[in-house]
Amino acid sequence: MADDRIAQVARQFIESIPHARELGMSFVSIGDGIAELTMPYDDRLIGDPRTGVIHGGAISTLMDTCGGAAVMCHPSNPGGTATIDLRIDYMRAATPGQAITARATCYHVTRSVAFVRAVALDDDVENPVAAATGAFTVEAGRKAKNA
Amino acid sequence: MRKQPEPVQIVKERRDKTLAALVEGIPYLQFLGIEFERHGDELTAILRYDDKLIGNPILPALHGGVTAAFLETTAIIELGWQRLWREMESGRITAEGLDPADLPRMPKTIDFTVDYLRSGLPRDAYARARVTRSGRRYASVHVEAWQDNRSRLYAQATGHFMMPPEADPSDG
Repeated sequence: MADDRIAQVARQFIESIPHARELGMSFVSIGDGIAELTMPYDDRLIGDPRTGVIHGGAISTLMDTCGGAAVMCHPSNPGGTATIDLRIDYMRAATPGQAITARATCYHVTRSVAFVRAVALDDDVENPVAAATGAFTVEAGRKAKNA
Repeated sequence: MRKQPEPVQIVKERRDKTLAALVEGIPYLQFLGIEFERHGDELTAILRYDDKLIGNPILPALHGGVTAAFLETTAIIELGWQRLWREMESGRITAEGLDPADLPRMPKTIDFTVDYLRSGLPRDAYARARVTRSGRRYASVHVEAWQDNRSRLYAQATGHFMMPPEADPSDG
C-alpha cells in the first residue's frame, strides 16, 4: 500500500472514533509515522474550576489518540493498533482558552510492537505542556513493507 | 466521662456532602460520567458507560485515553479525599456551605503510567486507588480498574503527584 494511502486509512479511522469526535480532535498533518492532532479548548474538559485549566486526562486522551495515529500511518503499515502502555509527564498546566496540539512520532516498529514518543503543546510551543512515551500493539501477521 | 458517639446520619451526611463538594465541582468528571461510592473512608470510582466514550468503534472498546483519565482522576480524588478526611473529622472544615472554592487545592500530576491489560468493554468500569506513599510534597499512587471481575483488571496505573501545601490550622 502506498504511504499516502496508509495515511488516508489511518486518518479515516481516527476521525471515526466517537470519543475523538466528541472532543473535537482534528488532524494538522499525518503521514510517514508522524501525526499531529489538535483539540480545541472546551469548558467541559476543565479539571480545576478555580483556574479553568483542562484536566490532564483530556491531554492523555489526545496523546493516546495521536500515538495510535502515528503507529497506523507508519510506512510499515502495522494496521490497527491498541495501546499497551502510555507514560505521560506533565511539565506545566495548559493555558486556559488555548487549543492543545499533540505531535507523535512512531520511531520504531517490530513484528509485534510499535514505539511512540509524543509532546503536547499549547500556543507557547517552546515550552511543552506534556510529553509521553508509549508502546502499541501491531496487528498479528502484518506484511513487511512492499511484501 | 466518655464522649457519646455522633448519630450515624450526622456522620454520614457530613462525609457524603464533603465528598460531593470534592467531586461535583470538576466539569471533566461530569463530562466523562465519573462518580464515587464511599464506604467509610474507602472510595470506589465508577465510570458510567456512554457511547461517547468509545475509542475503537469496530471492537467496540473504551478509548484508552478515557481509561487513563478515569485512573488519573481516581488517584487525584483519593489523595484529595484523604487530606480532606483528616480536616473534616478534626472539625477544621465543615460540610455546611462547603464551596468548591473553599476546598484545599488538588494535587498536581507529575507523571502517570497506564498499563492496558485488556480492552475496555462497552460497559461500566470501576477503580480504586492505593496511596503507596504520601509525603509532605510528593505522593505515589497505584490504581487498579476492572469491569466484570474485581480480580481481572482491565487496566492499572502508577503515578506521582505534587501535594499542595497543607493548610495551616493556625491560619484563620
